[in-house]
Amino acid sequence: MEFGEIVSVLLQGAVVTIKIVAMALPLAAVMAFIFGLIRLYSPAPFKQIAIFYIEFFRGTSALIQLYWIYFVLPFFGITIDAMTAAVVALGLNIGAYGTEVVRGAVQSVPKGQYEASIALNFTARQRVWRIILPQAFVNMIPPFGNLAIELVKATSLVSLITIGDLTFKAKSLADTTLQVGEIFGVVLFLYFIMSQALALLFKLLEKRLSKGLGRGGIN
Amino acid sequence: MNGFSWDWAFAWEVLPMILSAAKVTLLATLLGSIFAIFMGLVFALLRRSPSRILRNSIYWLVEFIRSTPLLVQIFFLYYVMPEFGISMSPLMTGVFALGLHYGAYLSEVFRSGIDGIEKGQWEAARALNLTTIDTYKDIVLPQAIRPMIPATGNYIIAMFKETPQLSAITLLEMLQVAKIIGSENFRYLEPFTLVGILYLVFSIVAAYGIHQIEKRFPKEGFTLK
Repeated sequence: MEFGEIVSVLLQGAVVTIKIVAMALPLAAVMAFIFGLIRLYSPAPFKQIAIFYIEFFRGTSALIQLYWIYFVLPFFGITIDAMTAAVVALGLNIGAYGTEVVRGAVQSVPKGQYEASIALNFTARQRVWRIILPQAFVNMIPPFGNLAIELVKATSLVSLITIGDLTFKAKSLADTTLQVGEIFGVVLFLYFIMSQALALLFKLLEKRLSKGLGRGGIN
Repeated sequence: MNGFSWDWAFAWEVLPMILSAAKVTLLATLLGSIFAIFMGLVFALLRRSPSRILRNSIYWLVEFIRSTPLLVQIFFLYYVMPEFGISMSPLMTGVFALGLHYGAYLSEVFRSGIDGIEKGQWEAARALNLTTIDTYKDIVLPQAIRPMIPATGNYIIAMFKETPQLSAITLLEMLQVAKIIGSENFRYLEPFTLVGILYLVFSIVAAYGIHQIEKRFPKEGFTLK
């Protein structure tokens, strides 16, 4: 096969990969916030549920979670297509890691901020939403950027449940054309570009959001 | 066939098969972490080399390895390396891939660990006329190792959790065995759940073990003799 043809097939796969990232990333962010905040602020039963979710998804492999959702859930009468299984599994997995990011960022807000908000008679709700979270949010951006790259990398696993993503396309092209060197070389390069682009995006976001917060010295 | 409920008899039947595959998983993790620690040290020390070109190329190599998927790296090593005349068994390929991937991560841990050593220590070593090798061996590394333990341990646990990806190159580790059992019996619930629980148990035990190692480690360092 011509090099150009290989690249065009692989680019189709890359589009699928980007789609999965685009759907799983918001899910992960939502899960991270919900369970991160529950873990921090909720009373007993909910807190334990959140801890169970976090420990379960962080303690087992992403691939096992993917297989479990794809192969086992149908036995309980819940049949979902491969794409949904992929987005749900990856979203829940990365989301579980994200809860720790949320927790760490909230706890990194200086204690004086809590004390000042209490002294100023803010309610507990106002304290969290108006004082703590806006400051914590900026701290979350860099680790969330790392997780987003982890997500890009984890999408390669969906090729094992027959989704035609970049890795899947590469594997099937390699099996038919045997031009393994070019194919996997291009694939590694494409993943590298995607990860770096995402890293850059998060860096810009961080720069933008930290404006006016008086951090990082004078600029 | 009723797939809705947990079948204990079936679970007990398949457990020995999965446990024997756990040996392969653990072996891959063990060899992979030894190789990763070695590669991590090599990368970290090369990042400190006097040659700027070497430093920069190692930086980009590490960045490249860290931002591409392990699965593709496994495929690359398994399918492309034979073209250069290097054929490896699935297990060895897996060990190399895991070692290289996590070596890249560990190099950052080691680098920051080495950077964390006070400047005075380097100066004292220089003043005492120690060679570079002796400085690292007797002064820097003994002090740098303890703070590196938690992060290194976390990466080794992370590596352990990525071993199922080796099933893609036909290594018969836990998940692959569970999948084969599942497709033969049309029951995935028990094998996959057992594998999940085993991973959870191993990870928790390993995390506890690492914490113990850190606690027992002498704070003031030790001699590497």
